Amino acid sequence: MINTMECAVDAQSLISISLRKIHNSRTQRGGIKLHKNLLVSYVLRNARQVYMNEKYAEIYRMQQYEEVMTVCNEIQELNPLDLAEDCEEQSGDCCGNDGVSEPASLCCALLPVSHLTAVQSAHIQAPSACSAPLSLQSDDVCKETEPSFYRSCCAEAYPVSNWDFSTVNNNLHCNKTTVLDLDTHVVTTVENGYLHQDCCASFQQCCQGAQSPAKKRKVDFEYYISDIEEVPDFTPCKRAKFEDCSYANSEHLDTSNISNLISIFGSGFSGLVSRQADFEQALNGQFCSKQALASLGAWTRAIVAF
Amino acid sequence: MMFEANTGGGSNDVQWCFSQVKGAIDDDVAEADIISTVEFNHSGELLATGDKGGRVVIFQQEIENKPQCRSEYNVYSTFQSHEPEFDYLKSLEIEEKINKIRWLPQKNAAQFLLSTNDKTIKLWKISERDKRPEGYNLKEEDGRYIDPNTVTALRVPVFRPMDLMVEASPRRVFANAHTYHINSISINSDHETYLSADDLRINLWHQEITDRSFNIVDIKPANMEELTEVITAAEFHPHQCNTFVYSSSKGTIRLCDMRASALCDTHSKLFEEPEDPSNRSFFSEIISSISDVKFSHNGRYMMTRDYLSVKIWDLNMESRPVETYQVHEYLRNKLCSLYENDCIFDKFECCWNGNDSVVMTGSYNNFFRMFDRGQRRDVTLEASREGSKPQQVLKPRKVCADGKRKKDEISVDSLDFNKKILHTAWHPQDNVIAVATTNNLYIFQDKVN
Repeated sequence: MINTMECAVDAQSLISISLRKIHNSRTQRGGIKLHKNLLVSYVLRNARQVYMNEKYAEIYRMQQYEEVMTVCNEIQELNPLDLAEDCEEQSGDCCGNDGVSEPASLCCALLPVSHLTAVQSAHIQAPSACSAPLSLQSDDVCKETEPSFYRSCCAEAYPVSNWDFSTVNNNLHCNKTTVLDLDTHVVTTVENGYLHQDCCASFQQCCQGAQSPAKKRKVDFEYYISDIEEVPDFTPCKRAKFEDCSYANSEHLDTSNISNLISIFGSGFSGLVSRQADFEQALNGQFCSKQALASLGAWTRAIVAF
Repeated sequence: MMFEANTGGGSNDVQWCFSQVKGAIDDDVAEADIISTVEFNHSGELLATGDKGGRVVIFQQEIENKPQCRSEYNVYSTFQSHEPEFDYLKSLEIEEKINKIRWLPQKNAAQFLLSTNDKTIKLWKISERDKRPEGYNLKEEDGRYIDPNTVTALRVPVFRPMDLMVEASPRRVFANAHTYHINSISINSDHETYLSADDLRINLWHQEITDRSFNIVDIKPANMEELTEVITAAEFHPHQCNTFVYSSSKGTIRLCDMRASALCDTHSKLFEEPEDPSNRSFFSEIISSISDVKFSHNGRYMMTRDYLSVKIWDLNMESRPVETYQVHEYLRNKLCSLYENDCIFDKFECCWNGNDSVVMTGSYNNFFRMFDRGQRRDVTLEASREGSKPQQVLKPRKVCADGKRKKDEISVDSLDFNKKILHTAWHPQDNVIAVATTNNLYIFQDKVN
């Protein structure tokens, strides 16, 4: 009866399950149950926080690596003779103290956060509590930061930082908005005017592939009725090739379509009922799928329809 | 496992025995037959059940002279309380499922109860008719009218005995007062008013007035996008007619005093236990949501049920419960699966025994749990047809949380989560309990020596 693989809690799958529940609640007899949907939205929020935390931690690590490499290259360009000295100094700060033996080039990457701040993009908000030297090998960059953890159903802790996700989202150097089509479960991301599916900011090269037309839903603003039909003005790119994106999960679950839900779900219940006004303002081409957004609005309006 | 007798006299241990089971034997459960509420009346003579099909079935205790067994409950009245409706404005179907039944204190020969579905509350009068008038001058016995010109003599009509007939008639219909789904009704100790609670509002009614009610609690935010909690249950204090409590999906209980203000949005007391951060999970909000709240009979305590535990609160202490009982802690590691199959949203009820010494609540696999507050003991029993021989003593059950299953223990993975006991009721005076499985009603009694 109960799945014995209790330890395989996947934030993505929880998001998928939760969205399915919300979607199914539209057709339940007796109308939408406010209490149940509120509780589902809390699960959705929790799963999203964990998922986004992991993703942003990964993105941050990659960006840190890129920044460090850029700094090293700049230093090298300015004064090749100083490179060895700087790196040796840095090695004294990080490698030597930590006892980590790394190649000199990599050692430059192991800079304390304070060093990186000066060269970091202002868009990236560094976790202030991460004062330890960054390790490219380690996943637990911010593990020491905050004592709040999410436990999986088998009591494995999920590290959670107190990053302000909305701030991080807004400050990403590529403005990215992601929407989810509930009927087709297609996630579409708009990034600086480019349309992607399931892509992240740092890996545009994965996503700038051939673009193929996607099926669109004709949205009936009633509760349950929707038809699928072709819409020529929307051409998202193909699904990102995850094997090219080293940070992404490699397995293609049913939930792989549903990854980024930043714009849809904010904190508390507010994320469940998205703002139709925001969508309408954004209908200037930057948002990828009018129909997907409108369909989202349709079922969210179902919840607000009391 | 046995515990002290509840009557307070002597130190006899109570053994629970099977008494009766009502409902279909068929494993194929019709949805309309799913029991949705169970309630004893104030004397315990009547036991009412409501189901998803909108029907109310009332059982009456037959007083028997046999010393070997207690009296049995037999069907007394059955009637269709609510019908499915359709809200044309919102294009929503309104379920006929009976969410709650509450008995009114008896004032005369008739019995009155309130039954509610998601939107409408009805006051039903259940009365007996065992006599009928005979000997009319202008009517035949079958009701046909007699030509007055043919009447030559007059007689006085008299009442003659007839077979007992129980009639249920709707006396009041309280409608159109709730935008959201009604989850609770509670009758005030003043015997004049009652409250009804939905997800966001609580209304106060007079039993005689159907066209208006007073809104006493409104937690609907101005912007629905800011909604963070809903009302899950509400109840009047058993003695103080000005006091009621309501529980929320966030695990808090608010006690309100209607003397303080007309709108009781501001609570008089807030009962809340801080969350244990070590137990934080994806589902923390769900399992902390309170599904039922019940005052003790003496009015000093209240009991709340959340997904995994039962808590007893002293009304004088808001900071934490005075007692906490784990109902099925072994499910804490299964929350993900329970979320997938929707079981995590099950709303278990709880009840007190007559002298507030024992509390009872349901679980899965048709198990139900009793916690003896005084003896600090608990027992798990099962409602099943296998143990349904008359006067058969119920054998305590045990769930094995780890892999080391002993004999007669049940592994967590073997539990049937489709068999759940959500509704239980305890006779107000005697050791008689009514336990509702999906579509069967079990009645257990203490063993009569």
